[in-house]
Amino acid sequence: MSVDAKMAWRNLWRNPRRTILTVAAIAFACLLLIFMLSWQFGSYEAMINAAVKIHTGHLQVQAKGYQEKQSIRQVVPDPQAVAKILAKAPGVSHYTFRSDAFSLVSSKQRTYGVLVVGIEPEKEAQVSTLKKIISRGSYLLAGDKNGALLGHLLAKNLQVGLGDEVTVLGQGRDGSIAATVLKVKGIYRSGMDQFDRSSLQISLQNFDDTYTMMGAVHEVVAVCRSLDAVPQAKDFVAAKLTGLPPKHPLVALDWDQLMPGLLQGIKIDMISGLIFYFLLLLVVAFSILNTFLMSIFERMHEFGVLMALGTTPGRLTKLVLLESTALTMVGVAAGLVLGCAVTWYFQDQGIALTGASDILRQYGLPHRMYPQLSLLSALLGPAAVLAITFLTALYPALKIRRLSPLKALSYV
Amino acid sequence: MFCIMAWRNIWRNTRRTAVILTAIVIGVWSMILLGSLMRGMLTTMVENGIATLTGHVQVHAKGYRADPVIENSMTSPGRAEAAVNKLLPPGGHWTARVRVNAVASNARHASGVTLVGIDPAKEAKVSFIGRAVNKGRYLKPEDKYGVVVGKALLDKFETRLGHKLVVMSQDTTKQIASRAFTIVGVFRADLEATEKEFIFITMPAAQDMLKLKDGVSEIAVLLPKEDGVAAFAQGLSSALPGSYEVQTWQELQPMLEAYLSIFNGFIAIWNLVIFIAMAFGIVNTTLMAVYERIREFGLLKALGMKPRWIVQEVLTQSLFLLLLGMALGNLLAWLSIRALSGGIDLSAFAAGAEYFGMSRVIFPEIAAGDVVLANVVVFFLGLLVSAYPALKASRFTPVKALAHN
Repeated sequence: MSVDAKMAWRNLWRNPRRTILTVAAIAFACLLLIFMLSWQFGSYEAMINAAVKIHTGHLQVQAKGYQEKQSIRQVVPDPQAVAKILAKAPGVSHYTFRSDAFSLVSSKQRTYGVLVVGIEPEKEAQVSTLKKIISRGSYLLAGDKNGALLGHLLAKNLQVGLGDEVTVLGQGRDGSIAATVLKVKGIYRSGMDQFDRSSLQISLQNFDDTYTMMGAVHEVVAVCRSLDAVPQAKDFVAAKLTGLPPKHPLVALDWDQLMPGLLQGIKIDMISGLIFYFLLLLVVAFSILNTFLMSIFERMHEFGVLMALGTTPGRLTKLVLLESTALTMVGVAAGLVLGCAVTWYFQDQGIALTGASDILRQYGLPHRMYPQLSLLSALLGPAAVLAITFLTALYPALKIRRLSPLKALSYV
Repeated sequence: MFCIMAWRNIWRNTRRTAVILTAIVIGVWSMILLGSLMRGMLTTMVENGIATLTGHVQVHAKGYRADPVIENSMTSPGRAEAAVNKLLPPGGHWTARVRVNAVASNARHASGVTLVGIDPAKEAKVSFIGRAVNKGRYLKPEDKYGVVVGKALLDKFETRLGHKLVVMSQDTTKQIASRAFTIVGVFRADLEATEKEFIFITMPAAQDMLKLKDGVSEIAVLLPKEDGVAAFAQGLSSALPGSYEVQTWQELQPMLEAYLSIFNGFIAIWNLVIFIAMAFGIVNTTLMAVYERIREFGLLKALGMKPRWIVQEVLTQSLFLLLLGMALGNLLAWLSIRALSGGIDLSAFAAGAEYFGMSRVIFPEIAAGDVVLANVVVFFLGLLVSAYPALKASRFTPVKALAHN
């Protein structure tokens, strides 16, 4: 350890109480930022995953324009060709076909407008959570002739239970009338009222017959190994799609394009979070500025003596900066350890937000939330604290540069 | 005397006082400003919720809320209407509506919607629709086949003013009633979801189509002041027989209520966090000021000053510091809220705002409760943490203090 470093370290502990309080302020800021950022990242990931699992998947191939208009005529005419591409796409772990048609669904008593969705039961179970959220009855089997799954709110509205019949009336792909009778086989509960109120699933084969789809589907839905793998998979699929017959142009859309609100909502939350953290850091900075100022002004006499003995102002500046850096480092290190420990504890235990569970449910989130500690969330906050305390320490340190021994010695 | 001493002591080191004052001012300013932004967002959310066909209080036939279908309508609403009329305070408004699930379709598209039959003149005073039509026109009482739809629905259906829209719903005899309407007006709403959900026709047209005769689904009441809501609902409930249900907006929109309580909690936690950050500064600065004067305190004590007085003197210093910081912080917050009174436009993130049910523009709002909370937190906790240096100062013994340098 050089002489300067030794001096700086000893100077720090000349006033242990002050040093500890300042370290505590820095540590507190780090701890809070680590926890909050981990919390935000954790909830974003949970939100995206929930929305992806229940609705859209990570990636979809659709007819161009289907996303906006959702007309039954806008189809993927040869789904097997798309399947071949997806099977080879890097990062794609599972995929399935889906078809949708808005139809009238009636029970003996009631009639509601509902989105009827054709699914491939086995592959769907690998792509979405549908199979897991069945709360009564059972899931569909492949090639199921007349079974239907519906949300618990729709079942309540239609006043139907397991085994009851419902009739479906809609329009087929060719404009003909599509009608069939279904038997309620399972009732699911996703927690999202909108979804539970307005959708009904049947097997793709049944959908194909009823709506005269002639082998075509509306969406090819894929999930990737992780969110990070999506862009690469999308690029691959988009490039290969251009090789298909150009009569029916297809597009590859990722989850952000399929749910444009979600990412923007996250951005709003992120930006408002950053404003909050910035203000917090500002308050912390002014809270500790006094420590840095005092540690210099109370030692003016000492600095004067040192300078009279031949110490250069540059070396004194360095000394003071070393002191504040050491102080900051101790604080940041303590905050880092504590912050990670606290976050890790809650990542393991979860935090129950019972009061907010109704709201969280609508976004597909459980009422117990888990912060996600990552390299980014653990280091971003402390880095910001480090930067802002360094800036704070700069002001008093630079004051020394303009100090003359005479002035310093006469300073009271 | 304490006051003069404390005041002069604060200004013995101007720079130090200025720095800690800045910390307090920024803290108080950010507490109040961010609180007002969140409050403004919430208020818009609640106001939109109330204006979007909720009102402050609604009356339904018993069972309608649990199962909102046409069979659960009020077949002869005269009695409920009379009761509302009798209890309604001056400045309040009410209207009756028919509201059913329906399917709207044209040649190319079909979608589930909520069909609302309204009394155009009365409805305009209660909900948003009276001032929301920006293309075509609002409904007239004699419109038998006119419908007003949202902009988003119009776009989705690829249709325009003057075109036909077929509406299907179940009537009271359980048959599917279907009727073609002409789009006479297009409305805009804060949320796209609202534009897609509601279509409006006149009440007689709805009653005729659904074979409801004089029946209505609900009576919505808008009161002149929000704090009378619970009392009004109670009064109305006891004036009506058990075959009616009276509910306040909090009961009708439990999500809004949940948002309110979450945000209240969040504002309180945020205030506390900011305070802790500034508390370290307050304690440290006061502590420094106390240690600098250790000889002085020793002398004072040797001269017979009681420890209690020293505590009091140090606390008075903190009190001045806090009061000054709070005054400046409040002033600054008030100025910045005024500067932002034009609202913060989130249009660049419109889809994101929509996803969270927020409106596109946020107006900051000063709520007395939030301002008081921020100031109370700073004031009392500020004094509390200053107690530590104050007690420290009072415990210096004259001998030790005088020996200190």
